[in-house]
Amino acid sequence: MALTGVEIFKMLPKTNCKKCGFPTCLAFAMQLAQRKVSLDACPDVSEDAKQKLGDASAPPIRPITIGAGARAVKVGEETVMFRHEKKFVNPSILALAIKDTDSGDVMAAKINDCLVSEIDRVGQKLKIDALCLINESNDAGKFEALAKAAAEKAPAVAVILCTENVDAAKAAIAHFSGKKPLLYGATEANAEEMAKLAKSSGASLGIKAVGLDALSTLSDKIKGFGVEDIVLDSGAKTAKDMIEHNTYIRRAALKKGNKSLGYPVINVAVRDNNMLETLIAGLGIGKYAAIVVLSSAQKWKNLVMFTLRQNIYTDPQVPMQVEQKVYEIGNPKAESPLMITTNFSLTYFIVAGEVENSKVPAWLAIMDCEGLSVLTAWAAGKFTAAKIAAFIKESGIEGKIANKELIIPGYVAILSGALEEKLEGWKITVGPREANALPSYLKSRTA
Amino acid sequence: MAFTPPKETNTGKVYSVTIGSGDAAVTIGGENVLPFHGFEGVVPNKPAIAFDVLDTAPVDWPDTVREVYAGVSDDPVKWAKHCVENLNAKAVALRLSSTHPDNGNRSAAEAAETVKRVLDAVSVPLIILGSNHAEKDADVLVKVAEVAKGRNCLIGKAQEANYKTVAAAAMAHGHMLVAMSELDINLSKQLNIMITQLGFNKEKVIIDPMCSALGYGLEYTYTVMERIRLAALTQNDATMQQPILGDVGMYVWKIKEVSASEEILPAWGAMKERGIGWEAQTAAALLMAGAELLIMRHPEAVAAVDAFINELM
Ligand code: B12
Ligand code: SF4
Repeated sequence: MALTGVEIFKMLPKTNCKKCGFPTCLAFAMQLAQRKVSLDACPDVSEDAKQKLGDASAPPIRPITIGAGARAVKVGEETVMFRHEKKFVNPSILALAIKDTDSGDVMAAKINDCLVSEIDRVGQKLKIDALCLINESNDAGKFEALAKAAAEKAPAVAVILCTENVDAAKAAIAHFSGKKPLLYGATEANAEEMAKLAKSSGASLGIKAVGLDALSTLSDKIKGFGVEDIVLDSGAKTAKDMIEHNTYIRRAALKKGNKSLGYPVINVAVRDNNMLETLIAGLGIGKYAAIVVLSSAQKWKNLVMFTLRQNIYTDPQVPMQVEQKVYEIGNPKAESPLMITTNFSLTYFIVAGEVENSKVPAWLAIMDCEGLSVLTAWAAGKFTAAKIAAFIKESGIEGKIANKELIIPGYVAILSGALEEKLEGWKITVGPREANALPSYLKSRTA
Repeated sequence: MAFTPPKETNTGKVYSVTIGSGDAAVTIGGENVLPFHGFEGVVPNKPAIAFDVLDTAPVDWPDTVREVYAGVSDDPVKWAKHCVENLNAKAVALRLSSTHPDNGNRSAAEAAETVKRVLDAVSVPLIILGSNHAEKDADVLVKVAEVAKGRNCLIGKAQEANYKTVAAAAMAHGHMLVAMSELDINLSKQLNIMITQLGFNKEKVIIDPMCSALGYGLEYTYTVMERIRLAALTQNDATMQQPILGDVGMYVWKIKEVSASEEILPAWGAMKERGIGWEAQTAAALLMAGAELLIMRHPEAVAAVDAFINELM
């Protein structure tokens, strides 16, 4: 279980040599207790202390990176059961399954679906993170052919190799040297060989057992073979199993200090009914899956899953916000319209997007309201006439525009009178309520 | 080493409540564990889904969902019957939108007449909602509660500004009550306390902590619901043990993601599936957080959520 800063301090060299980047051993120990630094930063720690501290300071759910380079993805490291306690750390990976029995066209189409899946939403780039290659045929040659195709067409994408056939695994993994794939298919039967292969090829190892008892035993066995980066598959076939197993695994790791199950979890969401598959993926995202395997990645489905993942993994304490300033959209000139809104990311990206859609160049003043939406900020007294007036005056926009006219969101029409008083010489115009009315509104003003 | 499941049992439990009367009555709640945690406690009832029916033909619904009700939406009786007979609705939520001062301003008496006709036509439990205009709702719901006497309807929404009148009407005619507050566990708790202080039976309240759509504040609703459930179960907080409502459809079917065509936004993919998926995922996420009762619009979204519930139970 976790040690306190002082307990850790007692095991450090106590020389205050500063090589770790901290002024004292105690300061370093405090950071270590909060898992903010790694023990490796102290070069002088004894082997004995390393042993004791290594276990205690390791995160309860081991971080694992799959893939290499810009598209590498990290999972694990979660610290809580519920998002109000603390931000969830590493968003679930969405992996698109391709079977080696699929036709060449289907394989190519799926690889492409993954490559073009990126969508920008609220300033974040979201995508299908990985390909999960499945050795459905149980034939080494077919599996290798699929692996080769994926490695050639999507060289940067993180890969999961799903097979229990050691020969097929060997053949496929050769195409991903240096790319840290996840070899997914160690079982009670092939444990030793799979562990060897994972170790020699720098892969992490996905282990499969039916039920948590067997999974625990297998995990210990695999660890005994020297594999550290493990991903767990408890054999959950239904949503009912998923929520039970995932909850128990997360709880055991976080609350009981269980090391056998202190690893990220992989769930297969594949269902015949695509709408249901989407919801099962959503269950994985909300309830503790680190990796979710999907049978298809249509754009509409991706948008649904990405948005849920973004919502679940945002920081519950700090709303997503953008910088306060006057943004220029489409090279505005002195005659271009000026609008104002708050700095809540969602509000900013929706409004800026619609202004772009209008093709009318414009100035968009974004005011710091601690990341609250228009009405919430208004209700909280952060988007008031006095504050808006002060912000507009300080922003320097007055010197850049010809007409002193400010367009305010329709939902805060109530502010217009007070604003005209506070912003002398300005005309206040009430815009539409919903941002999607902005394109026609802005166009009709210029017509 | 053998694995011992780290079970967590709770002192608290969600009230089991029955909405409606007769054979078609629906019971929700009753669990003493987190949503779908049947593996460590009891989850006696499935969550229920009610179909949203308006008292006036919807003008601002996107085509994806408006088309489904094209032949019936001019009349709430036809609409409700269609839901029950053809779409297998287990409950109906009749939303008296046209009583809103800005949307027709129909009188309380007219609303009561509509409610009566719908009650005569269908036997499934009825949720009767005003237009979300606190003042007008107080007026409308009083009349409506009276004509619905004996049917054990769920009436709402009672909010801070009108709860006294609305709760009194529900109590006088034996109905249940939706208590709505704004995305804050303390406000929700406070409203429940004020309602029960009026003498209203705490086991006849349904909590509406305010819904929001996927991508539009869902994380707030999700977390408030989760915290309400945790308070009910782990702290045995009797003021938070009512089942939770997710009024999903009306928040989902107004946002851009459900109505922007693929021609305009190719990156977002097929519009119809996107809309249905959006409603289904919003609903499914809220079930995971603790909702036991949902109000939804698209039958295919309802079907997907039903399948999801069945796989979880
Ligand atoms: C999520 C939420 C919260 C979150 C905050 C989220 C955030 N980061 O802002 C939390 C839970 C913290 C919260 C708190 C409160 N909230 Co609140 N909240 C909401 C909710 C559900 C969604 C808000 C949202 O994210 N909207 C999405 C964004 C994109 O909308 P938007 O910024 O308004 O932008 C749209 C338009 O305004 C327009 N637009 C924006 N900018 C511009 C600019 C121009 C020029 C134009 C033309 C158009 C335009 O385009 C956008 C899209 O169409 C709404 C109800 C609802 N469903 O809408 C209530 C709501 C805003 N909240 C409300 C209230 C009262 C509060 C509280 C005071 C209550 C409380 N619980 O104590 C507090 C105050 C916060 C504080 N710090 O003190 C009320 C406001 C009532 C009113 N009419 O004044 C609302 C409307 C709920 C209600 N019906 O009562 N809230
Ligand atoms: S490097 Fe090690 S010995 Fe030196 S100050 Fe840091 S903790 Fe102490």
